[in-house]
Amino acid sequence: MPGPTIDLQVYPNEAALLEGLRAGEPDACTCMVKRFAPLIYTKALRMLGDADEAENILQQTFIKACDKFTSFEERSGLGTWLYRIATNEALMQLRRREYTDTIETLDEAIQPADLPQNLQAWPIDPAGAVLNDELRSQLEQALAALPESLRIVFRLRELDGLSTEEAAAALGLGESAVKVRLHRARLRLRELLADYMAGEGTNV
Amino acid sequence: MSNTHTHDNFTRCQQLLGQLNEYADGELAIDLCHELELHLTDCTDCKIVFDTLTKTIKLYHLLDENPEAIPAGVEERLLRRLNLVSS
Ligand SMILES: [Zn+2]
Repeated sequence: MPGPTIDLQVYPNEAALLEGLRAGEPDACTCMVKRFAPLIYTKALRMLGDADEAENILQQTFIKACDKFTSFEERSGLGTWLYRIATNEALMQLRRREYTDTIETLDEAIQPADLPQNLQAWPIDPAGAVLNDELRSQLEQALAALPESLRIVFRLRELDGLSTEEAAAALGLGESAVKVRLHRARLRLRELLADYMAGEGTNV
Repeated sequence: MSNTHTHDNFTRCQQLLGQLNEYADGELAIDLCHELELHLTDCTDCKIVFDTLTKTIKLYHLLDENPEAIPAGVEERLLRRLNLVSS
């Protein structure tokens, strides 16, 4: 599907793109959008679980990025910088939601139901795995099946690389609660995927 | 000695399960690490839990690094919002 016509080859690499952004070229901003919007949108969507909110975060992120490009320090990559802005925006959004109920009524210990039930080996090798539609949808479904209180911790700690301390501060939780929730989230995801994964590969 | 102890030594495995998490993060104390590694060579069930847990984490990283295409309209609305296209 054709979008607005823009020659992406104007900026063959990130350094050239950065130069364009610094010079305030509109094409550079468009190019940055095209290159990074899918990443930011997908992450915001996983964090918030709501398409409208994710789109709002996406827009806020790029408005800030195009606006305040001068605050970008080259220590990190452009994607990392954008993602940090998006994470902050998404966390503010989460706090606005008043979801303290769901986040605090959770038992802060491994529950019997969390213990591994399915003890079959998985033939899949993640390093060589092809992320086809079926695998993608299995992973998304399992993630969506987690309670938000576990999903958000998995998201921040596991995928976004926040430290236990940072995640605890962001969510207003104790550090031990963050640790337990991360563990529970991993165990639950493992269990949710186990039936599919144990069978996967037998027909590959 | 049996090389699997799903039921006869389940409490022990349960304790180790808690350590698997820290082990996966490289946060487990060295002596406990050693003990756990020893157990993993000996206990088929725990070994499978560890392997599949590690695979779970890796698969989600893989998913995260490969976002799907952005839904139609989202990019267009974004560009419009940034005044990068005339509508
Ligand atoms: Zn064991």
